[in-house]
Amino acid sequence: MSMAVSHSTARHGHQRHIVYHVLVCAFALLMLYPIAWMFFSSFKPTNTVFSTAGQLIPSTWTLDNYVHGFAGFSGVSFWRYLGNSLFIATTATVGTVASSAIVAYALKRLHFHGRKVLFVAMMITMMLPAQILLVPQYLWYQKLGWTNSYMPLIVPYCFAIQGFFVYLIMNFIDGIPLSLDEAAKLDGCSYYGIFFRVILPLLKPALVTSFIFSFMWRWDDFLSALMYVSDTEKYPVALALKLFSDPGSTSDYGAMFAMCCVSLIPSILIFLFFQRYLVNGVSTSGLKG
Amino acid sequence: MRLHSLMGLVEDMDEEKLTWKQKLVRFFNRESVAGVVCSLPFIIGFLAFMVVPMVLSLFYSFTDYSIVASPQWVGLKNYITMFTDDPLFWQSLWVTLLFAVISVPLKLGFALAVALLLQRQTRLTGFYRIAYYLPSILGGSVAVAILWRRMFAQDGVINSVLGLFGINSHFSWLGDPRTAIWTLITLSVWQFGSSMLIFLAALKQIPTELYEAASMDGAGSWRRFKDITMPLLTPTIFFNLIMQMISGFLAFTQCYIITQGKPLNTTLFYMVHMYNTSFTYYQAGYGAAMAWVMLLIVGVFTLLLFATKRFWVYEEKMK
Repeated sequence: MSMAVSHSTARHGHQRHIVYHVLVCAFALLMLYPIAWMFFSSFKPTNTVFSTAGQLIPSTWTLDNYVHGFAGFSGVSFWRYLGNSLFIATTATVGTVASSAIVAYALKRLHFHGRKVLFVAMMITMMLPAQILLVPQYLWYQKLGWTNSYMPLIVPYCFAIQGFFVYLIMNFIDGIPLSLDEAAKLDGCSYYGIFFRVILPLLKPALVTSFIFSFMWRWDDFLSALMYVSDTEKYPVALALKLFSDPGSTSDYGAMFAMCCVSLIPSILIFLFFQRYLVNGVSTSGLKG
Repeated sequence: MRLHSLMGLVEDMDEEKLTWKQKLVRFFNRESVAGVVCSLPFIIGFLAFMVVPMVLSLFYSFTDYSIVASPQWVGLKNYITMFTDDPLFWQSLWVTLLFAVISVPLKLGFALAVALLLQRQTRLTGFYRIAYYLPSILGGSVAVAILWRRMFAQDGVINSVLGLFGINSHFSWLGDPRTAIWTLITLSVWQFGSSMLIFLAALKQIPTELYEAASMDGAGSWRRFKDITMPLLTPTIFFNLIMQMISGFLAFTQCYIITQGKPLNTTLFYMVHMYNTSFTYYQAGYGAAMAWVMLLIVGVFTLLLFATKRFWVYEEKMK
């Protein structure tokens, strides 16, 4: 077939190739345009952001927006919010990944009474939308004295309540040969030793995938911050941006865009450096990005 | 396995000589105990952060509870009020349904179409995949919600770009009841990238022999798509449909930041209405009841989708 391709069909194929790339590329650029618009707008002088909205590249470049943005408001620097978010996202993520890994090990490798019940419970946490529990959770945390602290944003996550991660790690453990466990057992390893010395080191790819997803979700988490954090000083980035953008609180759109760009940096870095893990995570477990 | 139980036998013979410390270590190292110990984080978490709030929620849904005063038992009043005397409940339910029913199929349609386009391996495929996936990564953030609000503002980029094409527009996309919901729908559809990745992974799973065999039998590309690709993708489409529908019903952040339900409540999402009821108007009992109704709706919707499954989702016959 390929030997018999005539000159005209080859040229036809070439043209189709070009049309394909032009279409796919144009659509890709359209998809990225909003982000690019925000990025370039953040370097425009703030009073020209909207008068030149149709123009992508700034005619005069300025860093003023970043200076003003980082100065923050009511005496709190924007660095403070970034630090708060970093702290919340990191601790919650370490807690989630660690607890999910050990629970996944128990559910996959150990035989004990109630394992099936726990598995079903885990599936329920995966299916049950967290927002349903919004109100009662608030009232419950209020009883525990956790409101206006980071506790509701961190502590629950340290108890493997996100079935997604347990499930993802369980799937990965499935691929580790059982003979490794048995060999370790014969060498006198306890069940805990098997987890820490045999399974855990092999879990690295699954742990990285869980880590980056959890980190991005916690970094973006707006609703729980809105509900539980009331001191401006304790605000995470998501909430600070909301405050920044509220009508009346500012008209410095340049600075607002600048800080929006800054808030996206962690996700973009993760995206650029861990793309493989993200793609694998989405493809194998249907996690939403 | 047998060797292990033999060792256990030997160990049992020495039972009396062991100190309590050694007994404790041995107890914790029994498989049945180790299993429970290792699942302990989840057992505690599930009870403390899921079961307790669920039970509380059910109880509060039958009470009048203003958060500051103690709850008063009112029986079914919250539920009755919701269905008979709360136009905003129906309005928000309608808006949410509309949003989910329009945005989810559009999103999956784009995801599928682009996945099919990107199936072809070229030097630029890697770049395209990044470009289409990036919005999914960033779309849930407050930053993008703010961006969206500014894009559709009267002096925003949408009107400016329309201006470049000679359409001199000062149209208020967010202020007009007919268009406001569409700004939220576009934001949702814009994030089709993660579904696209799932479709791409599913497409890779389809054995090439099937296509080869079909080509041999003279099937053209449309026949191959219709009779091989589509049927084998239906389980993935089904899975995506359910997941996206659920998250569509429960959307909150984007609406809360971009439109706050305005104008005239035409973009009032159920979750935002529930949030306002509970925390702005301090009717937590009513809010809890709303949550249960939503859970029921999500459950019924999922069951309905499952009921349609056998009509359109391809399942491999077990031999």
